[in-house]
Amino acid sequence: MTSVAAEMAKAAPWNDPHARPYVELVRVSKFFGDFKAVDDVSLKIYRGEIFCLLGASGCGKTTLLRMLGGFESPSSGRIYIDGEDMSGVPPYERPVNMMFQSYALFPHMTVEQNVAFGLKQDRVPKAAIRERVAAMLDLVKLGEYAKRKPSQLSGGQRQRVALARSLVKRPKLLLLDEPLGALDKKLREHTQFELIGLQHQLGVTFLVVTHDQEEAMTLASRIAVMDHGEIAQAGTPTEIYEFPSSRFVADFVGSVNIFEGKLVEDEPEYVRIASEEFGGTIYVSHGISAAPEATVWAAVRPEKILMSTTPPQGADNVARGAVQDIAYLGDLSIYLVKLATGKVVRITRPNTTRHAEAIGWDQEVYLSWDPSSPVVVTR
Amino acid sequence: MKRLRARFSGRGLVVALPYLWLLLFFVAPFVIVLKISFSEVDLAIPPYKPLFSWYAEHALAIRLNFNNYAFLFTDKLYADAFLNSVKVALVSTILCLLIGYPMAYGMARARPRTRNVLLLLVVLPFWTSQLLRVYAWIGLLKANGVVNNVLIRLGVIHNPLALLYTPFAMYVGIVYSYLPFVILPLYANIEKMDWQLIEAAEDLGCRPWQAFYKITLPLSRNGILAGSMLVFIPAVCEFVIPTLLGGPNSLMIGRILWDEFFSNRAWPVASAVAILMLLLLVPFMMWYQSIQARETAGPSG
Repeated sequence: MTSVAAEMAKAAPWNDPHARPYVELVRVSKFFGDFKAVDDVSLKIYRGEIFCLLGASGCGKTTLLRMLGGFESPSSGRIYIDGEDMSGVPPYERPVNMMFQSYALFPHMTVEQNVAFGLKQDRVPKAAIRERVAAMLDLVKLGEYAKRKPSQLSGGQRQRVALARSLVKRPKLLLLDEPLGALDKKLREHTQFELIGLQHQLGVTFLVVTHDQEEAMTLASRIAVMDHGEIAQAGTPTEIYEFPSSRFVADFVGSVNIFEGKLVEDEPEYVRIASEEFGGTIYVSHGISAAPEATVWAAVRPEKILMSTTPPQGADNVARGAVQDIAYLGDLSIYLVKLATGKVVRITRPNTTRHAEAIGWDQEVYLSWDPSSPVVVTR
Repeated sequence: MKRLRARFSGRGLVVALPYLWLLLFFVAPFVIVLKISFSEVDLAIPPYKPLFSWYAEHALAIRLNFNNYAFLFTDKLYADAFLNSVKVALVSTILCLLIGYPMAYGMARARPRTRNVLLLLVVLPFWTSQLLRVYAWIGLLKANGVVNNVLIRLGVIHNPLALLYTPFAMYVGIVYSYLPFVILPLYANIEKMDWQLIEAAEDLGCRPWQAFYKITLPLSRNGILAGSMLVFIPAVCEFVIPTLLGGPNSLMIGRILWDEFFSNRAWPVASAVAILMLLLLVPFMMWYQSIQARETAGPSG
């Protein structure tokens, strides 16, 4: 099964300046009293995307979602869905449906009645309602639970009822507020792929709000990382992970080692950073745009750091340290190595063999990485 | 010793206590009233003839007098009073719901701090005696009372309206007195509701009033039922308010009961009235109980 995200990544409408966005936010802000929940956000979402808003709680992602749903109105800025201005359009007239974090299933109705609710509201003929509800329940594999009340279902089943109820009206845009937040880890993983499959089948554009970076990486065609009401960076999962634009994004998505330093050599093809924290110079094989002598940060992902007991070749990007701690996670191990400068570096290594590791506690090791691995950020 | 302790365990005692209470203060008086309702009037103290009497030396005679009940069915007064009581109680319940529901809803949607103040204001009238509050209404509604004076001063009317001693005054009194009994259970019920359900309904295409009708109203059914019972049952037997505010034409069963007992000293007839009134209310109680039981037994909320 090829996911929509993969297809979207190939098509990449966001790189095409002529592509028409399906959902567009233009300089949207929202204040609650003095508090700026959403601060001047502009976004373009294209048809068929699974777009994730990723951020810690209180970063404004849910407020943004609620503005798209029509439950909050922007203090300034405009929202367009399929070219139509949504200002002043109430929730019940928007071509948008929402899957609530609490699911918000109607407790006095059966599963079937819950799913049929929106269609009845639209005065769809009875026979058509029956057909569409049955088809939707089959799609989420709840056909045999049609007559049950929500309180008689498990958490995972309720989640699927909520999904079915919000999808049955075939909205132009489906808003999902932490759709998998209430499920346990195993079920969550399974449901993520189900969600992708469903989206592929129905072709509905998804906007997902989540605080779980793993969830965002799995689901999304693109991710917008939010911080204090602003969008820190928007891009494909690979862009966000491999080319973070700031320390915040690098740190928020995955784990990272960040070394502060001064730009000493600034060439178009490479830069050299003198870092006290690292205890040497960091050589990066790509140019950056920053003033000479500027303070910059080199961010290196834990899995991109090589660890050896013998000194590697070359003088750049090499540091010595002692293993301070090892966390064995089964598939991989996390090593915390304390450098001579006092900086603790995090390294992950896959456990490719079943035998005990050659590197143990307190062992002196050399750390090094490929000159293409670090990302240099200026903020 | 061990068995004894098991039998009089704390749990058994706790369960027994309410039963003992009901036996002492409900079943026993009920049996006494039932007994009186089958006896004959007598000029004595108490004013009825005993049911049981020794006949000859070893035979016990029981004289059951059904005339009291028969009398209730022959005189149209009683049937009318009965129907009127039910009608007044029903209308009062509906009025209380119509006024109380928006109030409870508003309270439940208010901010927590405002909510506590509103709650206090609803309960506040209970701090004075009901009798005093009903008397206050006489002052408001009488010919030269506050309401008439204000209306005349404003030039709306020229002669005072006959407000007091009318059905209108009686309804005002009953609705006013019983309103908190509707507001409190409704508030408790609506306050627990998940407001996101309303948003979900609107998201699925409901206008606000449709969301109210399809979601809020059905979900507050238990509060509506509880509130209705708390108004209807005491309102059927209401005596003070119709007497003080309703004037001589407000024929209610509570009033009849009072007259039979204290004016006519016809204890047996009064008892029969009381028994029939109870029988009238039992179906309502059972219906309510069965709904409550179904709600709590089934996992469906």
